[in-house]
Amino acid sequence: MTLAKILLTFGATALLFVTGCAKQAETDSDVIKIGQFASLTGGIASFGQSSDAGTTLAIEEINAAGGVLGKQIELITEDDRSTAGEPANVVRKLIHRDKVSAVLGQVASSMSIEAAPICQEAGIPMITPASTNPEVTEKGDFIFRICFIDPFQGKVMAKFAKENLGASKSAILTDVKQDYSVGLTKYFKETFEEIGGEVVAEQSFSSGDTDFKAQLTTIKAADPEVIFVPAYYTEAALIALQARELGIELPLCGGDGWDSPKLFEIAGKAVDGCYFSNHYSQEDPSEAVQDFIAKYKAKHNAVPDAMAALGYDSAYVLVDAIKRAGSTEPEALRDAIATTSGYKGVTGTITLDENRNASKPAVVLKIAGGKASYVATVAP
Amino acid sequence: MDTFLQQLFNGLFLGAIYALIALGYTMVYGILRFINFAHGEVYMVGAYVAYFAASMLLPLFGAGWLAFLLLLIIAMLACALLGVGIEWTVYRPLRHRPRLTVLITAIGVSLFLQYGGQSWLGAAPRAFPTLLPKSTVSLGPVQATNLQIVVLVTTLVLMLALRFFVMKTKLGKAMRAVSHNVQAASLMGINNDRVISVTFAVGSALAAAAGVLYAINYPTINPLMGLMPGLKAFVAAVLGGIGNIPGAAVGGLVLGIVETFAGGSPLLSPYRDAIAFGLLVLLLLFKPGGLLGKATVEKV
Repeated sequence: MTLAKILLTFGATALLFVTGCAKQAETDSDVIKIGQFASLTGGIASFGQSSDAGTTLAIEEINAAGGVLGKQIELITEDDRSTAGEPANVVRKLIHRDKVSAVLGQVASSMSIEAAPICQEAGIPMITPASTNPEVTEKGDFIFRICFIDPFQGKVMAKFAKENLGASKSAILTDVKQDYSVGLTKYFKETFEEIGGEVVAEQSFSSGDTDFKAQLTTIKAADPEVIFVPAYYTEAALIALQARELGIELPLCGGDGWDSPKLFEIAGKAVDGCYFSNHYSQEDPSEAVQDFIAKYKAKHNAVPDAMAALGYDSAYVLVDAIKRAGSTEPEALRDAIATTSGYKGVTGTITLDENRNASKPAVVLKIAGGKASYVATVAP
Repeated sequence: MDTFLQQLFNGLFLGAIYALIALGYTMVYGILRFINFAHGEVYMVGAYVAYFAASMLLPLFGAGWLAFLLLLIIAMLACALLGVGIEWTVYRPLRHRPRLTVLITAIGVSLFLQYGGQSWLGAAPRAFPTLLPKSTVSLGPVQATNLQIVVLVTTLVLMLALRFFVMKTKLGKAMRAVSHNVQAASLMGINNDRVISVTFAVGSALAAAAGVLYAINYPTINPLMGLMPGLKAFVAAVLGGIGNIPGAAVGGLVLGIVETFAGGSPLLSPYRDAIAFGLLVLLLLFKPGGLLGKATVEKV
């Protein structure tokens, strides 16, 4: 009890100290402000909540270890409610009102593509933890990512479908509202046809749809051997459910957008025997991964998904760059992030290439009994 | 051919849900001559009522017919109250104002429920629990689930009940009289306010039923789930001839089938919603009264 009280008092004082300083931060900056935008509510809330939980954990660890450049880090998180148009608003607020030194976010590519030009124009470095669409970092030299990109992810799944599942005919069901999904579809199709497969049906839908029976019936008639569904988890779960209802027992394959506990909660047994590519596997025995999982569990009482791991890594990569730059001056910070090399994160070794993308291996997971388990690692 | 039959069944199923929602639009329009845009949100509330009631009832009864029927009735009763409540507090004070005022207020109520819902219930989608164990059924070449058949049967039963209510009961007769001419009806001793309340209650209960039926088939619910089905059902009501009860049923089915065939064809699948709404534009151009509606001349 007393310990809790002491901690509480200490925490409250620390909070007072931080908020007290925040007011003067613009002039003499005793804290380093980092902005984060994420979908904490709405259709893809699971992504935002996970990445935010990972980022928060990292920042807390860094602050507990004395911060960076002798200063504490203040993380300011804004919710974009999974709504197009909001990322632009909240990122402008972070940059111009809160005067953050760098921006972390987002998971969904469409959201990052919206925010990137704003960061670029303001000259504030932005690191996206998990947006895989190539276009994100093409927005300018202040935009970075610490995950692999869709041309690679699409290739991994196409090869996996062809070589490991032995499928020569595939169908694709694309979410036309998401740049992520459209991009993945393109790269999957390219590779699958290149290695001798045939795409027998291409159907599409829009995020937020709930009925996919029409598209699935057409897909069924085309008689594919595997169905590629580069959707986010809510739609992917409903698609799997309805496919099984129509008597389609084929494996469905997806990308990292499937990675959410909600997928299993909604789809249940319908996703058994399906595969998706991801950034890391919770079953990875390496020390970095198991350490992170233990710390995350202690704080959030849940097993971290890939978005949480990437959120965690993104904060560390940023702080590592601040340390190397020796300041938060935007250009110096940008150059420091760009030269990130061999950083050992939870999701693998992160080295940024000249296009500001990380080149990392992907893992393929198989779903069985409400759980995704490791099948293979594919190096770039 | 098999694919064709399967798509027809998919469309029929989707259409049945649109039809249930459309009935509420059309009944209110028939009596008050205004579109109750908050109707789609009543449907959403219906699904949420069932969701919360299920968390209390399922541990007691377990998944099964009893739980399903109880939840359906609870949601319908709750939404009947909600519908009457909305009419009582919001629309009734505006009864003698211009119709446009009421229409805009209805949009206000709709937005209030959508964003109030996001704020109170959280914007994240929730997984709807299993009320009835699902199994797949083959009807010849058509693959269906027992849940879809439950939806079709429930819809049919509710529509027949509504038909009976409107055509054979005294209250239904009063409803038709008010829809025909409000002043004359009240001169004949009909209590207009009561008829209007009943209309809202029945329409909202049907929307709640649609919400529950939808949720057992597409097991995610969120506070904005009423938006699209609400708009589609509105299109269905206009398609069938707004104010006309059998028209709403026909409109719903036609819309569901057209949408499914559009969604299933490779070229048209990205334009699924555009086609549904395009149908509305075409119909208004060539047959403004709707499929079963009568063309009327409005005196100005």
